[in-house]
Amino acid sequence: MNKKLFLYQVCIVVAAAAIIIACNKDIVGRTDNAPALAPTNIDSNAGSWKPVLLAAPTDIVVATPIATNTPDYIAQINEIKSAQANITQEEKKMVKYWSAGAILRWNEILRELVAKHNLPPYQNPDGTYPIPSAANPLAYPQFPFSNPPYAARAYAYVSAAQYDALVTAWYYKKQFNRAAPYKVDATLQVLVPKSELPSYPSEDAVVEGTAVEMLKLLFPGDQDYIQQKAAEHRRARIIAGANVRSDIEAGEALGKAVAQKFTARARGDRAGAAVGTPTIWAKLETDCMARGETPWYSLEIPKRPPMLPVFGKTKAFLFDSLTALSLRPAPPPAVGSKQMKDETEEIYQMVKNPTRERTAIVQFWADGVATSTPPGHWDAIAAEDFIAKGFSEVRWARNMALLNMSLMDAAIVCWDTKNYYYNPRPTQLNPAIKTLTGIPNFPSYISGHSTFSGAAAAILGHIIPERASAYEAMAQEASNSRMYGGIHYRSDCAVGLTVGKSVGGYAIQRALTDGAE
Amino acid sequence: MKYLLSIVSIAIAVTILPLTSKAQTDMDAIMMEKRQFCVGPMYNHSSWKNYWEGTLKRDNQNLGTVSTNTFAVMGAYGITGKLNALFNVPYIKTKASDGTLHSMQGFQDLSLFIKWMPVEQMLGPGTFSLYTIGGASIPLTNYVVDFLPLSIGLHSKTLSARLLLDYQVNNIFVTGSATYVVRDNTKLDRTSYYDTQSHLTNEVSMPDASNFNFRAGYRSSKLIAEAVLNKWTTLGGFDITRNNMPFPSNKMNATTIGANVKYVVTANHNLSLVGGGNTTVAGRNVGQATAFYGSVFYILDFTRKTTSTDKSGKTN
Repeated sequence: MNKKLFLYQVCIVVAAAAIIIACNKDIVGRTDNAPALAPTNIDSNAGSWKPVLLAAPTDIVVATPIATNTPDYIAQINEIKSAQANITQEEKKMVKYWSAGAILRWNEILRELVAKHNLPPYQNPDGTYPIPSAANPLAYPQFPFSNPPYAARAYAYVSAAQYDALVTAWYYKKQFNRAAPYKVDATLQVLVPKSELPSYPSEDAVVEGTAVEMLKLLFPGDQDYIQQKAAEHRRARIIAGANVRSDIEAGEALGKAVAQKFTARARGDRAGAAVGTPTIWAKLETDCMARGETPWYSLEIPKRPPMLPVFGKTKAFLFDSLTALSLRPAPPPAVGSKQMKDETEEIYQMVKNPTRERTAIVQFWADGVATSTPPGHWDAIAAEDFIAKGFSEVRWARNMALLNMSLMDAAIVCWDTKNYYYNPRPTQLNPAIKTLTGIPNFPSYISGHSTFSGAAAAILGHIIPERASAYEAMAQEASNSRMYGGIHYRSDCAVGLTVGKSVGGYAIQRALTDGAE
Repeated sequence: MKYLLSIVSIAIAVTILPLTSKAQTDMDAIMMEKRQFCVGPMYNHSSWKNYWEGTLKRDNQNLGTVSTNTFAVMGAYGITGKLNALFNVPYIKTKASDGTLHSMQGFQDLSLFIKWMPVEQMLGPGTFSLYTIGGASIPLTNYVVDFLPLSIGLHSKTLSARLLLDYQVNNIFVTGSATYVVRDNTKLDRTSYYDTQSHLTNEVSMPDASNFNFRAGYRSSKLIAEAVLNKWTTLGGFDITRNNMPFPSNKMNATTIGANVKYVVTANHNLSLVGGGNTTVAGRNVGQATAFYGSVFYILDFTRKTTSTDKSGKTN
């Protein structure tokens, strides 16, 4: 009897464990099984689209390719054939992964690097904070601290460089018109969708080369990981039979050459001075007091200097510095005013007894520490929609560049506004306001999430008009989430959305005139 | 009813930062008599100021002291003298003394256990007994997971299997047990996260866990006093990176030492008081928590006539 019972119990536990283990299935990421890119329109005239930084595709010289009947070319075809003959499961997975699109995958890698490095440095023993050094990226605190302004700029540079590089590639594809290897040798297997596009230089290698070169500047401590991804990407294209080695080499060189021009721009765009100095930090405070206002102070212990307070002076992509200044909104309600008192009370009431639904909205949009930041979140939203649209690589790049230039320029205007008005957070005015997400360490007015989201929704609504109202609703929710979380007033959010929308308008203007529509 | 000494430790383990879920279940060598139902409220207070960020011990001035107050109802029913069913329903409230983070509260996870004693025999000068305990837990509410260290739990369904051995000579006993805990995936409110790489999903794979528990002391029908050593180990997971926030699938390990006392108040043994405490002596990705608890238990007897004739002397 006892033995029987014992056995029953063992059986029940084992069965239950088996069920739970079975349910504990492998987690599949949303883009793990993204379909291979098979554009509905190959945009064969994209070589005439307007670049962002280059004056013309001819700024970059691409060598004339060898003919497809030369022994060298035939050797390159044979390289594909032997690679395919010994293909492993791992290589098949690699081909599938990269076939979803070069812009998509490198954007995902960049989001991953941002999330990895989005960690505020721990304080020094004396209560000051160390500043990451690009010259010594692996020492603590590691470089970079990829906070939202840093990340916005990184996404913009990588996207814009990839766009310019692909416009250049399309120009030369048309000029040289070298057929894809599977057109040259009809017996060649192709593991990805075939394209009518000339294959020299390889668009995948262009995107890869641009990313590798840009990321040397932006994530200098992660070269081993980046180079490993790049090598996989190049190999995936050869194994797939989509490119011969000379397509890849020319593409990578082109990408690097374009990226070097963007790197030169980045070194002179003033973002390097965005962290400020103790003198600058003190002046922000005294300037605010001189206007008769109450200045923001850090709610961290020990008090941390504001996040990149001079980022507002960074050179924008979509407009000049005078226009950037003109986008700075009118001041927030005075701290002593009835309106500010009411707005503070509104936030207190919101966070006092938060509903689960609102807390979920706060968490959904928080995009705080160790995440890809709000710009990265909008990139993810865009990327998943772009997958469904079947864009060509060059159109992917163009749309991502429009989005990310909007997000970077939104960050510039937002950070200028924040540090000009230097307005306190709700918790500073009422310490009883406890927050449902980490309290950002910079002034309140205007909300960064709202500015980013207003800009992103505007340009994405232009790119995918049938989703425009959905993007607007998302932007509104992202904006509201900052009030629900107890970290922004209604004015911060409402004005932030409006300013963001204005910034997005400049991207729409560009989109209307870049030759792609 | 002495087993309740360790049911209360369910909630104690929960208070470890970031919560180690239900670290312990029923971990003692006591059984209810047939048709007896023992039930009572429990209060537990746990707090920590220092925690382990990976293996680095630190404090955090933006949290100050993190405290967890747990109110629970626990009970056990004797299906037979050798087969008991146990449950625990905790309501948890967390709070940080400093910084701006909001407190969290709510009903956490329902735990259920089936405990069976297939072996009980004289061995040398004392009595040897062997128990198997199967457990399951399920979240009772849709509480927030992704707000550690202030989340009230990890919102992961679990199953556990435990083997427990006990030996008692006169009033002196030793008990040891080993547990394996299978943990289901948990879900976040956001659509992507980074642990040691990027994941474009809201689902988080939770590493399984093991637990070892040793206890020894004095045990009679009127009084139990024992010392307890507990070791919870997460089998996988990753360390909190420098100055990052904790994450549900961190490698949370904790070793605690503590003491418990149970005193039977009434002559007919149906009312007893339980109290105790413990402190964390080693850990990884958890708070260095110290906890105190107290509880009152009452036995409802559903038999027509009490027939308590436990040969081992370990009644109630």
